[in-house]
Amino acid sequence: MSKQFPADPAPIPTAPVPPAHWAASYEEEPSQASAPPQANGMTALKPFGWAKDNLFNTPLNTALTVACLFLLWLVVPPMANWLLLNASWSGSSEACREAAGACWSVIVVKHRLIFFGTYPYDEQWRPFLACALFVAMLGASGVRAFWRPWLAVAWALTLVGMGVLMWGGVAGLTYVPNDRWGGLPITLMLSVFSIALAFPLSILLALGRQSSLPAIRTFCVGFIETMRGVPLVSVLFMASVMFPLFLPEGVTVDKLLRALAGMTLFTAAYLAEAVRGGLQAIPKGQSEAADALGLSYWQKTMLIVLPQALRIVIPPIVNQFISAFKDTSLVTIVGLYDLLTAATVATTDPEWRPYFAEVYVFAGLMFWIFCFSMSRYSQWLERLANRYTRR
Amino acid sequence: MTANAIIELRKVGKWYNSYHALRDVSISIGKGEKVVVCGPSGSGKSTMIRCINRLEAHQTGHIIVDGIELTDDVKAVEKIRRKVGMVFQNFNLFPHLTVLQNLTLAPIWVRGMAKSEIEEIAMMYLKRVRIPDQAHKFPGQLSGGQQQRVAIARALCMRPEIMLFDEPTSALDPEMVKEVLDVMTELAGEGMTMVCVTHEMGFARQVADSIVFMAEGSIIESGSPAEFFENPKSERTRQFLGQILEH
Repeated sequence: MSKQFPADPAPIPTAPVPPAHWAASYEEEPSQASAPPQANGMTALKPFGWAKDNLFNTPLNTALTVACLFLLWLVVPPMANWLLLNASWSGSSEACREAAGACWSVIVVKHRLIFFGTYPYDEQWRPFLACALFVAMLGASGVRAFWRPWLAVAWALTLVGMGVLMWGGVAGLTYVPNDRWGGLPITLMLSVFSIALAFPLSILLALGRQSSLPAIRTFCVGFIETMRGVPLVSVLFMASVMFPLFLPEGVTVDKLLRALAGMTLFTAAYLAEAVRGGLQAIPKGQSEAADALGLSYWQKTMLIVLPQALRIVIPPIVNQFISAFKDTSLVTIVGLYDLLTAATVATTDPEWRPYFAEVYVFAGLMFWIFCFSMSRYSQWLERLANRYTRR
Repeated sequence: MTANAIIELRKVGKWYNSYHALRDVSISIGKGEKVVVCGPSGSGKSTMIRCINRLEAHQTGHIIVDGIELTDDVKAVEKIRRKVGMVFQNFNLFPHLTVLQNLTLAPIWVRGMAKSEIEEIAMMYLKRVRIPDQAHKFPGQLSGGQQQRVAIARALCMRPEIMLFDEPTSALDPEMVKEVLDVMTELAGEGMTMVCVTHEMGFARQVADSIVFMAEGSIIESGSPAEFFENPKSERTRQFLGQILEH
């Protein structure tokens, strides 16, 4: 292609706005030009040289680059105007009606509702503290230096503390039944507990699926295939509506707990398949060597097979974690107020109704912060796990 | 059949589905005896020694190791595996553990030994296989010959009475074969009972008390190295020796 056109002599496009049909024809493949194949170490020091080598090296690339710049020019300024420059940051809904940009005042006014749902307004410091404690412990648990037995003790204390804060009823705190909980605490607790419970369960399911005992294998395959074969919404619905019908009269299981159980079983089925992928990647010789040394099945599994299998499947496992975190927003169908549901409720106020987009952008940002943190953490964990092996 | 046999196979048969892998294999190995098993590929030699520590289960006949018969009884199998060390063609070291951890894992978990005690013993074995300086490296950082010597040391750390070698030098680069065979020769000199599947005929001639030749799942002949190499009885053996001694 480059032979048919004269080489482009200019390192920088001379025409800032190319003909509009350029943008139209290349609209769907902007990444080609914006992501050059590689950054050369020598020329990276000289931005113009680098741009010439990578963005304007052929007529086609020049066209793509110009088209992308044009697209960015079309999209970015209005977006920045709406998000930041013309946005209204405080004040009443009247101020928002006059402003051309986003109405962030709605977040300022409604953030308590978004974060804590219908939890009694004057007591909302309690879920705040519980969430802060929870997030701090999650962060601390990711630090390698803290992987000590006392971390389990700290977790036990944290969970008790969270229970006391959320329910109250002791130490002068008023009792708040858990059907009034909502927002961030529900999202965090449901996702973290369901993931934490689903993970060990998924390992058992994956091992069971490879078991030589037909009864165990059949059960595990049946469970995994059933759970994977139905939507999460129907699992939650079953757990919430159908399950109580099977219980003897007078026995009730809390709605939050039922949703947690549904989430856990569903997530476990998906995780089990990721774990099985890891188990199958371990050469048979590893297992034979462990057998030959006289290790028992569980010693072999815990000391040899799983440590190797799990580090292989960190990426798909974390993928599943992230997915499960976001799936907690589906508990709205069984009447639980997670972060997204609470945000939706916040948009029902007639005064602020026009600004639902801002509320959803904010809720999305909250989800993104947690999911992105998980993603970054998994990358670190992968590097840690692969530091020594097979290099 | 010797009276003081430590390994005894009586009319052992094994099938993989319809494939008849072992046909009435009978052999008796005395304490301290060194037996080299050879034969063309697919002759069942690996299958046979893998039956001795029940990595493979036999279907007919009897296998008795140190007075214990191998059956489906897990306890009996575990007892035997503690007495029997094994070295594999592909080393099968645990890549996520250091060399020292590879050596100490089984003694700690299976024998319940104290970590400090077994680490001292492990270092002694690493010295014997001449790689004490690699103790804290990971298997992936070692050469094939070094890895196989670690594998031998790992098996020895369990203080086995019998050592099984399943083609220990077949996956090695030629220049590393000697360092592994030297360690095995040394071990033989210390009176260890050894059963070794190998094509290293020099090693067999030097170390073996008897050589067993297998083909198509049966033992064709067995005897002392002198008889075996100088006066092979069967035509099949002569053919095999002709092929492998040519080069």
